[in-house]
Amino acid sequence: MARALIHMPKTARQGEVIEIRALIAHPMESGYRPGADGKPVPQDVIRHFTCTYDGEQVFAARLHPAIAANPYIAFFTVATKTGTLEFSWTGDNGFAQAERMALTVSP
Amino acid sequence: MSPPNRHRRQLLAAGTLLALVRPAAATPQQMAGAIAAYTSNRLPQSGRVTFEIARLIDNGNAVPVTIRVDSPLTKEDHVTGIAIFNERNPETDVATFTLGPRAGKAEVSTRIRLATSQKLVAVAKMSDGSCWQQAVDVIVTLAACIEGEAM
Repeated sequence: MARALIHMPKTARQGEVIEIRALIAHPMESGYRPGADGKPVPQDVIRHFTCTYDGEQVFAARLHPAIAANPYIAFFTVATKTGTLEFSWTGDNGFAQAERMALTVSP
Repeated sequence: MSPPNRHRRQLLAAGTLLALVRPAAATPQQMAGAIAAYTSNRLPQSGRVTFEIARLIDNGNAVPVTIRVDSPLTKEDHVTGIAIFNERNPETDVATFTLGPRAGKAEVSTRIRLATSQKLVAVAKMSDGSCWQQAVDVIVTLAACIEGEAM
């Protein structure tokens, strides 16, 4: 289980645009970097990131080795109603992680 | 020419042939191809996209970038995707983001790796099918991918 950090407000007004910042601990091994033996270290990266809001996808990203280690992604969404935001990362070697955050929306 | 002199010249020639072993780099043609594949062969127009990145980069291992797209973000007219491409990393794709009318603000930030000084392009796809881009030239002093130690 990698360490994931998600920064977003806990409460928002309806219609408010909120910023979500997601960071996850992952080496994002590019596969182009020589290891101690001089051979390239095998590629191991996170390929996909998605954010769903009450089951509906609001943001997704496809990542490549050119994303820096410990991928950081910041994006925005509109607070529509009280619900759960689910974040998921999937990658090489069966990497999969999901995090949930609750958002309370006041009218 | 005397034999010792010729031997010296051969040594000098061999020295100039020594090249640094680097990972294969993509080419500008490959980047153009990757952009065409992303936009379904539509030529992106310049404008509406703001690509924020430092022009002089100390460390290519983690370069903060922000891409902002000018769009009303309504159901009828919104940004459907944003992508970043590069010219000289081993792979032309950097990241592809999928947005929708619920984005609220068409702005995405992340941190990327850059192998060398090069041109980067941010492309935005709109719901009406149009594509917009901004290209940026950056100078990288410490390159990612080449050094043995990861950051």
